[in-house]
Amino acid sequence: MDYFVELFVGGLTRGSIYALIALGYTMVYGIIELINFAHGEIYMIGAFTALIVATVLAMSGMSGISVLVLAFLVAVLYSACHGFTVEKIAYKPLRGASRLSPLISAIGMSIFLQNYVMLAQTSDFLPFPNLLPELPFMEPYAHIMGSTEFIIVATTAVVMILLTILIKFTRIGKAMRATAQDRNMAMLVGVNVNRIISMTFIIGSSLAAVGGVLIASHIGRINFYIGFIAGIKAFTAAVLGGIGSIPGAVLGSLVLGWTESFATGYVSSDYEDVFAFALLVLILIFRPSGLLGRSTTQKV
Amino acid sequence: MKRLAELRESIVIAFWFMFLTFPILVIQVNTIEKTIIWRWQNMFYVGIGSFVLSFVWRYFIGKAASGKRNTGEGTAEKKSFLLRIARDARFSRGALLFTAVVAIAFPFLSSTYQVNIMTTALMYVVLGLGLNIVVGQAGLLHLGYAAFYAVGAYTYALLYQHFGIGFWTALPLGALMAMIFGLLLGFPVLRLRGDYLAIVTLGFGEITRLVLENWSEFSSGPSGISEIPRPGFFGLELNLEEATIYLYFLMIAFVLFTIFVTNRLQNSRIGRAWLALREDEVACEAMGVNKTMAKMTAFALGSTWAGMMGVVFAAKTTFVNPASFTFLESAMILSIVVLGGMGSTLGVILASFLLILMPEYLRAFSDYRMLLFGTIMVVMMIFRPQGIITNIRRTYEYHFDRKQNGASGTPA
Repeated sequence: MDYFVELFVGGLTRGSIYALIALGYTMVYGIIELINFAHGEIYMIGAFTALIVATVLAMSGMSGISVLVLAFLVAVLYSACHGFTVEKIAYKPLRGASRLSPLISAIGMSIFLQNYVMLAQTSDFLPFPNLLPELPFMEPYAHIMGSTEFIIVATTAVVMILLTILIKFTRIGKAMRATAQDRNMAMLVGVNVNRIISMTFIIGSSLAAVGGVLIASHIGRINFYIGFIAGIKAFTAAVLGGIGSIPGAVLGSLVLGWTESFATGYVSSDYEDVFAFALLVLILIFRPSGLLGRSTTQKV
Repeated sequence: MKRLAELRESIVIAFWFMFLTFPILVIQVNTIEKTIIWRWQNMFYVGIGSFVLSFVWRYFIGKAASGKRNTGEGTAEKKSFLLRIARDARFSRGALLFTAVVAIAFPFLSSTYQVNIMTTALMYVVLGLGLNIVVGQAGLLHLGYAAFYAVGAYTYALLYQHFGIGFWTALPLGALMAMIFGLLLGFPVLRLRGDYLAIVTLGFGEITRLVLENWSEFSSGPSGISEIPRPGFFGLELNLEEATIYLYFLMIAFVLFTIFVTNRLQNSRIGRAWLALREDEVACEAMGVNKTMAKMTAFALGSTWAGMMGVVFAAKTTFVNPASFTFLESAMILSIVVLGGMGSTLGVILASFLLILMPEYLRAFSDYRMLLFGTIMVVMMIFRPQGIITNIRRTYEYHFDRKQNGASGTPA
């Protein structure tokens, strides 16, 4: 039973991180119907920025908590800026092109960013300092859930709630939903569609950066390649929940997290990534619209 | 005034990129030794580079936009210079003869090392042409092509290891295995729409590699299988140099065979079905093309070629391990197809020579190879989605004469 609880909590933690990245995919897909391949790389850049800033600050003698806050903010800022720039360079000129073009462009961008970070930094794994503090009130429950896990799950929950409020109740959220439903119609009623798309990329990238900092602290090492696998898994999660649907992305991420956790715990730890990919293939074959997605008819 | 505004915009862009690349490019931390290296010169380069590039970018974007406006009128006359040369019979016959002479003389005039590189380039030509069937002709974005390449290579490696089967027997078997895998994957997933298909093929590619890496009893894991024999020449023992030259001519034969087949395919019934599929799935189905059938054939044929090259690859390097079949391998082959122009045979050949030989000869470049591939994919999609050589297909135009009030339209 203890083992089960351990795996359950592990899955929950994983799922929370995937959710933060998957939201970016889902939001972008919802609005411009593009699989933003470079999203995983944005997450990786967030983690790298946090590492660099944290190291520089820690060496200049700053204390733990302020390093955490600053590294976090800078990482979110830089990821958001990268997301914004990527959209302007690689996707905006391709609005209205055939479906394949932006997808190939996205793959190219992903390869470019990976190698840019590899060449500018290093191809080795870098140890990532655990920035997250130990919470004293979690100590009695440490055998069930460590404080790092707790922080990850709690942060994700808070971010989700904020995002839901943003999308449901603010002006910009309304504009985003309108753009997702029908871009031309939204334009017609005065929504600045280009700005909304930029905003979507900025929000999605910020969430990815939050995920990047959290997971890097949790796992303790990063390299330029982490974005690729994480990106594919988050995409799996988004598809699992029904791409384009925000609650779906969260649900899908949790399901994926638990699947991976239980499969590696009870079956074999060698095939961790295989389970995720196999799940992806199975979903796309049997239920391409996902758990919470609606099936759409193809437009001619 | 316009110039001034552009200048201001470029300065803003330069500062933006200097800001954007600051932490990654300027600061390099070593968390183990606790040292920080500040590389301020990079910031300077980025500033200058992005300033210049923003002008280039703006010029080309403007050109692309005006080009789009002009289309629709006189598209038939507007063929690219390269294409006109390629279509000129007198020139192309001469070029063909010249290429043939160079291709035959090449291994006797240069070192084994050079021949080896050329063989690799030729392998990518075949791989590119194989993927071109799937991506270029049928319009199915395939991101797991390296998996089928791996299937071929491992088929030969394992068959040799367990049963001592030689190259020539393994070649059709490897192709067959890859085709079976292609069909196995294709059967369930080909109902999916373009972008989902891309992801599933990517997932499949990764699964194949991970299984090869982890299932040690079957594939010897990450250490791979070594001492695979080179192809035999009617039972003669060849030394290393002769074997290299032999493999080179083998590849030339493969390239010719592939060109022949793909050309025939392009103008066949199934080739036209692929074209229709690529342009518009729904309309194609409405015209009575069996969509699943067409997709499956494209998939199976593309995989067959990958499998064949896999066998050649195993024979050439005499060693296979899963690290040779990563996603980057698939991406590299894809960028060959994208750069060459989807669906164009000549374009794919030129692109694979360009992309494989350039990093070999410009050594300083080889570190930046993948960076270059990424850039090519983005830039080509934005400025020249049709590739270096546009694949023009036989078209029938319907000229409608307004004066005669639609009484006679003459197909030309």
